[in-house]
Amino acid sequence: MNFDLRLPLGLIFSLFGAMLVIHGALSDRAEYARALGLNVDLGWGAVVFAFGLAMLFLAFRARRKP
Amino acid sequence: MIHPIELHGIDKAILLIYFLFVLGIGWAVKRRVRGSTDFFLSGRSIPAWIAGLAFLSANLGAQEVIGMAASGAQYGIATSHFYWIGAIPAMVFLGVFMMPFYYGSRARSVPEYLRLRFDEKTRGFNAISFAVMTIFSSGISLYALAKLLEVLLGWNFNFSIGVSAAVVLVYIFLGGLTSAIYNEVLQFFMIVFGFAPLAWLGLRDAGGWAALKTRLNAVAVAQHFAPGTWTQSWRHMGSPGANPMGVEWFGLAMGLGFVLSFGYWCTDFLVVQRAMAADSMSAARRTPLVAAFPKMLFPFLVILPGMVAIALIQEGRLALPANPDGSHNFNMVIPVMLGHYLPPGLLGLGFTALMASFMSGMAGNVTAFNTVWTYDIYQSYFAPGRSDAHYLGMGRLATVFGVLVSVAAAYLAARYNNIMNLLQLVFAFVNAPLFATFLLGMFWRRANGHGAFVGLVLGTGAAALHHGLTLPAGEPAGLKGGWLGGVLHTYPSEMAQNFWTAIFAWSVCLVGTLLVSLATAPNKSDPELAGLVYSLTPRPAPAPEPWYKRPVVLGVIVLSATLMLNLIFA
Repeated sequence: MNFDLRLPLGLIFSLFGAMLVIHGALSDRAEYARALGLNVDLGWGAVVFAFGLAMLFLAFRARRKP
Repeated sequence: MIHPIELHGIDKAILLIYFLFVLGIGWAVKRRVRGSTDFFLSGRSIPAWIAGLAFLSANLGAQEVIGMAASGAQYGIATSHFYWIGAIPAMVFLGVFMMPFYYGSRARSVPEYLRLRFDEKTRGFNAISFAVMTIFSSGISLYALAKLLEVLLGWNFNFSIGVSAAVVLVYIFLGGLTSAIYNEVLQFFMIVFGFAPLAWLGLRDAGGWAALKTRLNAVAVAQHFAPGTWTQSWRHMGSPGANPMGVEWFGLAMGLGFVLSFGYWCTDFLVVQRAMAADSMSAARRTPLVAAFPKMLFPFLVILPGMVAIALIQEGRLALPANPDGSHNFNMVIPVMLGHYLPPGLLGLGFTALMASFMSGMAGNVTAFNTVWTYDIYQSYFAPGRSDAHYLGMGRLATVFGVLVSVAAAYLAARYNNIMNLLQLVFAFVNAPLFATFLLGMFWRRANGHGAFVGLVLGTGAAALHHGLTLPAGEPAGLKGGWLGGVLHTYPSEMAQNFWTAIFAWSVCLVGTLLVSLATAPNKSDPELAGLVYSLTPRPAPAPEPWYKRPVVLGVIVLSATLMLNLIFA
């Protein structure tokens, strides 16, 4: 198979994760009142980002193997 | 008018990036489509984990996500029966027992299996009803999406229909089933990442599971049920009056757990197509089993928010838009909860997940439609014996045609809602008996073409007859039943009536197929049936695979885990 789905999955979720983390770090605390006062963008963004990186890692590892 | 959701810059950016990726995937796989098998069956090259997640996602249309959350609010944890009874056992059965015949026969579609196993008329009956059904389902999906965007965000109805239909059209036109499958996997992760924070925040807000239980006791008592009705899935199934679903355990287990569930998961080409696209027999058998693991956990993602919502509504902390008759519009549970809990950022992720599920629901229908149309209708009845390139072209044309008819169906649904309800009713009649035909076809070699066809027609007739002579309590005669003049039986709920319609249809089809098969001569010889019927198919020596790749082992694990879940939440 010359198309590895883990590559686009890794790209999109590391991008989404990074966007959420940055937004979470820079935004006003008041935004999170509805989320029980928790900065869920920062926390969940980190999880999504980690998933994206893991997918990218697997895709690149598979690519290096002949 | 105030809209329940307001998207900020980051939310719109996430939505836009998602659309670009979806189209990008279509573009990237375009060059892999060289022949019709690539377009319709992904060249039978999909690894098990991808096929499995796509198998799950193809069913995870928005009606499913929105409907299951709505049921979570209306019926509580008993909604999990649609997963733990109504899906997992059938998925395991498909992987362990049925996939060897679907994949091994090299049939390119479910109707084509019916032709190989039975005869042309049985295939034609199934192919035509399936093709019409998928295209209308796709239209209904499109209509529901546009309607939702109108209510949620105030987007223009025509604009929403145009954009979503165009995106689906482009990526399927370019990449065929492969595009659809890859996007379904993307959508699966979107749903998980988009909805998990919602379920988590909701549960936390309710004070954890123990506190939620106490709160839901108040909901149950307020609706004149025993405390615990919303948090115990089996204990209140003794009689239809004891639970808000209005069903009892036998109708539930037979109607939903057996007939409807096996009928859908084991014979609906929309899902089976994903397994047929797998890269080997082993991967094809593992496809529904890989799907069963996340499916088992989905109630926590989609039903739980509904349960939290009804507790909050009871306490006056959340309001749902009302239906015209003043009742709560439970279909708004998920959208309203998204707006209630998720801040900008996560809201974009959750909202995009919702959009994704609508589009993949539509795409799943379109890919199943173009395959059945091209192979089972066009190639069989209009233009047999043409080149492969010709059928590939027809597949692309059918995609355009299918999307256009979906759009027309969406407008039809917007204007004449009753016509759509009527059509769905007719399809339910056609589908109800189908599993009896497959069960006899795969496990009884004496079943023949005449038997199968007559059984299907009789089963469909029995479904219509049963529906026409019964009514759910409190409903007027008409679309809900009783349209044949007399009402022989009144069911406590529409759900109970549906389950029993299915049970009747299945039983009549089974007996009809048996009797007619015995009364008429077999139309296929034993060698012709090799690979299609259990007793005539040589058992392949078990491949030297590690335990975690063996279908039976996976099936036992997933069934045991499901049993545990049933016991924990009984």
